[in-house]
Amino acid sequence: MPKITYIEHSGKEHVVDAPVGQTVMEAAVKHAVPGIDADCGGACACATCHIYVEPDWLSKTGEQSGMEQSMLDFANEVQDNSRLSCQIKVTEALDGLVVRLPKSQH
Amino acid sequence: MSAGEIRRVIIIGAGQAGGEAAQRLRQGGFTGDITLIGEEPSAPYQRPPLSKKYLAGELSMDRLLLRPPTVYTEEGVAFLSSVRAVWIDRASQRVRLEGGREIPYDALVLATGARPRKLPLAGADLDGVHLFRTAADVDAIRPRFNAGAKLIVVGAGYIGLEVAAVARQHGLDVTVIETAVRPLARVTSPEVAGFFLDEHTRQGVRFVLGGQPAVIKGQAEVTGVALTDGTELPADLVISGIGITPETTLAQQCNLAVDNGVTTDKHCRTSDPNIFAIGDCARRPMSYYGDRVQRLESVHNAVEGGRIVANAILGKEAYAEETPWFWSDQYDLKLQIAGLFQDYDHVVLRGAIADRAFAAFYYKGDQIIAVDAINKPGEFLGVKTLIQRKLTIAPADIEDASRPMKELVAAARPL
Repeated sequence: MPKITYIEHSGKEHVVDAPVGQTVMEAAVKHAVPGIDADCGGACACATCHIYVEPDWLSKTGEQSGMEQSMLDFANEVQDNSRLSCQIKVTEALDGLVVRLPKSQH
Repeated sequence: MSAGEIRRVIIIGAGQAGGEAAQRLRQGGFTGDITLIGEEPSAPYQRPPLSKKYLAGELSMDRLLLRPPTVYTEEGVAFLSSVRAVWIDRASQRVRLEGGREIPYDALVLATGARPRKLPLAGADLDGVHLFRTAADVDAIRPRFNAGAKLIVVGAGYIGLEVAAVARQHGLDVTVIETAVRPLARVTSPEVAGFFLDEHTRQGVRFVLGGQPAVIKGQAEVTGVALTDGTELPADLVISGIGITPETTLAQQCNLAVDNGVTTDKHCRTSDPNIFAIGDCARRPMSYYGDRVQRLESVHNAVEGGRIVANAILGKEAYAEETPWFWSDQYDLKLQIAGLFQDYDHVVLRGAIADRAFAAFYYKGDQIIAVDAINKPGEFLGVKTLIQRKLTIAPADIEDASRPMKELVAAARPL
């Protein structure tokens, strides 16, 4: 099963087994990684699962949808590598993925 | 009350609000006993997908769970499933479960949710007539939810319309009966309601607006619905989505203040300082709406209640409230709602309805109090931000769709 590393804003790391087919958000929430609220449960309705994808992985995590882009416009401290983690599906190619969490989702 | 005195917390209700309260208490450093009591067999799960991807068969129960069931044991939360709390003794601070077991508390959280209203009609207990609230309700609907089946949905609220959308996508023949003259009458403006009516009609849903069901026909199994005007509509399956009633039995029995929901202050504290109420069963002051005391039926309200209550029990600074928000998915339409529209005096549209991507801004005087954004997430988040920061934007600027929402929000003026 692919492993994903989530790095909290404080620097604390969580390495999680992420089932293929689920999303990067779900894997975090199901392993109680603090800092990803995902209030809407992955419906792309709330923008509280904002993460930063480590630059080396950007090509493998796919493109932002228009919907996601518009949501990210209003997230806190958006960067070029910002994504909504509910919109990234876990695949074998993401084994080893590293993402960082923002200071706050709200 | 200081945090040091609270060693035992009982949460009655293991929905999204109750689950969030338990999680936030532990994450916030609470080391005492937490007992989470739920009537349903499952650990806390998401209800919104029930009328969307779960009904469509695209999401399994496993993925509906908010957290894996093992996490409760890991975090030292005593999760009691399929159990009903039947009595609260405020004097001795104890909760009695069915079967007689009694558990003492220092702080009690009522997260008892709501019950779907049953159709007050003869025939409402026939096979094939269903309420829509729990995963078990959807599982019971599934055997009849097949292409070609005749479905009657009673009630054109969000649940009813979401069910109608999934049903059409699965090839069912769908009729929606609504007593009001338009769908979504309680929850949105005529402009937005008209758009959804047109969309569903285009997708092949038939509407009976202003229709009064009189009786549900059938012997053992449902065969149709008769209206008061004598019309009879055939049905293999009837799903009612006519609203919910807050579950306040326990609160009333122990004489807490209840008025269409357990009344609380902004810390979700009821008329008994040791008892809190959150989620669908509770009503609290809405800080962005003049502290109007209101009950909200939403994920936002459920999780926020859990967070507010955890901070209150932990003796932490009050949780910073968000603008109330909601969403609904129907076909390829994502409706996102920020704010409470009820008091609006005029509506301003941004974008063209014909593009199936537009937003209805609700104004009270010169203040934007809510938005319904259809496939317009920026407008949704923009208004959420405006309300939290007590800002507004003039109608002429809102109507100018050539100017990005982000720019308008950046230039918004204080109220």
